[in-house]
Amino acid sequence: MADIKARVARPLSPHIQVYRFMLTYVMSGFHRATGAALYFGMVLVVWWLMAAASGPNAYEKVQRFMGTIIGRLVLVGFIWGLIHHALGGIRHLIWDTIHGFGPNEREWLARATLAGSISLTLVFCIIAYLVLGGGGR
Amino acid sequence: MEQKSASMRTPLARARGLGSGRSGTEHFWHQRLTSLAGVPLTFAFIVIVIALLGRNHAAAVQILGSPLVAVLMLLFIITMVYHMCLGMQEIIVDYVHDDLLKYLALMANTCFGFAVGLTSIYALLKLSFGV
Repeated sequence: MADIKARVARPLSPHIQVYRFMLTYVMSGFHRATGAALYFGMVLVVWWLMAAASGPNAYEKVQRFMGTIIGRLVLVGFIWGLIHHALGGIRHLIWDTIHGFGPNEREWLARATLAGSISLTLVFCIIAYLVLGGGGR
Repeated sequence: MEQKSASMRTPLARARGLGSGRSGTEHFWHQRLTSLAGVPLTFAFIVIVIALLGRNHAAAVQILGSPLVAVLMLLFIITMVYHMCLGMQEIIVDYVHDDLLKYLALMANTCFGFAVGLTSIYALLKLSFGV
C-alpha cells in the first residue's frame, strides 16, 4: 500500500506552446480575455450610473475622466471588447447548431470576428467623434 | 447494494450522496440564452453610451430616465450581469484548483454580480423615478 505514494512519472499533455500559431485558438483566448476584462469593466458602468444618479458634481468627475486620453482609450477598449465578445458569441452560437466546424469555415469565422469587431468599433468611434462635434466641444 | 450494481455512479459519488444535482445543462443553457439576448442589448447599450458622450448631467438624467432607454439599460444590466457571472464561474473552476481558494472565488463572484447588478438597477430606477 505504501508503495502507491511514489508518484509515477506520467506523460504530460502538451500545452499551447508546442502548437504552431492558429488564429482560431488565439480568438478562443481573446473571447475569454475580453469576457474577463468586461466583467471588471462593469465597475466603470456602475460608477457612471451612480454618478448620474448622485448629481452634477459626481457626474462632472466621470465626464472629466472620460475626456482624458486614458478615459477615451478605456471607452474605445470597452466598446471593442463588447463588440468582439458579442461577435465571438455569435460564432459560438453558430457552432452550437453544429455548423461552421470545417477547416475553411472556422478560419473564416475567426477572421470575420476580428475584422468585424475592429471595423464596427471604428464606425462607432467615428459616430462618437461626430457626436462630440469633431473632437472638442 | 445488490440492486444498485447496475448504477453508473462511482463509489465515491455514492458515498458523498450528493445526487446528480439535476442541473447539468442549466449552466450551458443560461449562458447561451443570455448571450443571444445580450447581442441586441449590447448594441443598444453602446448607442446609449455614445449618445450621452459630452452631454451635461441634466441631459444625461433626462435620457437615462426616459422609459425606453431605462428599460433597455435595465435589461442590459440584468442579462449581462448574469451572463458574466456564469462566465467567470467557468473561468474560476477552470483555473483555480485549490478548494478553499476556489470556493472563496466563487463566493466573491456571486457577491460581485449582486453588487454590480443591484447598484446599477438602483441608480437606473432612481434616475427614472427621481429623488
